Amino acid sequence: MLHIKCPHCGMRSQNEFAYGGDASVKRPELNKEISDAEWDNFVYLRKSLRGKHSELWHHISGCRQWFKVQRDTATHEIFKTVKADEDI
Amino acid sequence: MQKYSIFNLIKNAFSNHQNWDLAWKDPTPKKEYDVVIIGGGGHGLATAYYLAKEHNITNVAIIEKGWIGGGNVGRNTTIIRSNYMYDDNALFSEFGMDLWRKMSQDLNYNVMFSPRGIINLAHSDAQMNIFTRRGNSMRLNGIDAVLLNREEVKEIIPMADFSDNVRFPIFGGLMQPSAGTARHDAVAWGYARQADSMGVDIIQNCEVTGFDISGGKINGVRTSRGDIKVKKIGLCVAGSTNILAEKLNMTIPVETHLLQACVSEPVKPILDRVVTFGAGHFYISQSDKGEMVMGGDLDGYNSYAQRGNLPTLQHVLTEGIAMMPFLSKLKMLRTWGGIMDMSMDGSPIIDKTHIEGLYLNCGWCYGGFKATPASGWTFAHTIAQDRVHKLNAAYSLNRFNTGHLLDEKGLGTKTWIS
Repeated sequence: MLHIKCPHCGMRSQNEFAYGGDASVKRPELNKEISDAEWDNFVYLRKSLRGKHSELWHHISGCRQWFKVQRDTATHEIFKTVKADEDI
Repeated sequence: MQKYSIFNLIKNAFSNHQNWDLAWKDPTPKKEYDVVIIGGGGHGLATAYYLAKEHNITNVAIIEKGWIGGGNVGRNTTIIRSNYMYDDNALFSEFGMDLWRKMSQDLNYNVMFSPRGIINLAHSDAQMNIFTRRGNSMRLNGIDAVLLNREEVKEIIPMADFSDNVRFPIFGGLMQPSAGTARHDAVAWGYARQADSMGVDIIQNCEVTGFDISGGKINGVRTSRGDIKVKKIGLCVAGSTNILAEKLNMTIPVETHLLQACVSEPVKPILDRVVTFGAGHFYISQSDKGEMVMGGDLDGYNSYAQRGNLPTLQHVLTEGIAMMPFLSKLKMLRTWGGIMDMSMDGSPIIDKTHIEGLYLNCGWCYGGFKATPASGWTFAHTIAQDRVHKLNAAYSLNRFNTGHLLDEKGLGTKTWIS
């Protein structure tokens, strides 16, 4: 089982969290002409790396905050967790 | 190649079965091939077989990092079905069902195809309506579908929980009688043996380290066992697709996730169908050895680990016990995990790419095993003719860009929510 350190609540078990996917994905800017390719890139295309992966998690059975986690997708080692508005 | 037959079995019995030919050779890679298939799993081996059989292209190598059949073709729950609603998925998988029916004869290898039928259970009136619709769509495409009411389901699987105080009572189910299971390893070995006998080189313990591309064309592939000159490469690496895509500077609409499966201790025959739980994600069948073979949800986060975590397994088996309470008395024999190429609409990709001579086969999500023959057949066609067949025309790489998605389950892009 994963043990994830919520930046607000501290170390908790995986059961309290929900996964939110790749945190490196950037939504195209608002109020700007956006091409199909940009939408495609944002909605569908994923690097899905083997190794260090930065991702969003939601402390859904806790403080209900979203935050970022840097985790190894092969070993599940968690290197770092930061608040949602911080850079990993 | 020695034919497998009762006569050869008897003949070899006299020499204590010491003189059988090797099922496939262990060649050193040549300097040049017409086609290289990367990935010696079910789909890669089937592709090589159909390239040789249907298109007479035999100067082919299969390059496999580990050993053939060691990935998802050896890790699945062996279910074969074509109970799809959308035309493209239905016609593709029903074409595959035909190949499954002939496979043991075709490969001269007993793949133990067992068309025992699959029942998807429904637990509400709304779900019965949806199943009626799916069943009708299937029948319009020539696939057998039978809608069962509660009593009919009870007759077939009396061991399921039909008591009054269950959270998800069984309202009925949708059955595809021609669906079933097969011996998964035999599929890989059967394809490998026949491909090898037609001249395909199966090269194991050989990792792809890079690609030789110039002017937007494939010129070769670099491997841990030397460089190979080749004009056409077929990528068939399932959960490792993203790793090779990175080497090709491509980003593809696939995420790699982990799926677990497990088997119980063997028990006497009790379940002669494949059954799926409709209020969650759980499927079960009984193997010929008597083990209950079970699976369910993804672990829920990007993973290359090939081994699972306990919370998901616990969740999946809770569903299993809710559906068939007797499972709680069984001991778990083995659990394992495989890495899935989860596409962003739940349907696969079999297509050409923007690089000339590079062909892509990925995105099989949970459903790769049953698609093995149809995937190999259409991918071989796509590679040999340099154009897609009408059966895999909908499985294009650019459908995400153009909006022609094939979202059979309506799950959207959050592949980890299952």
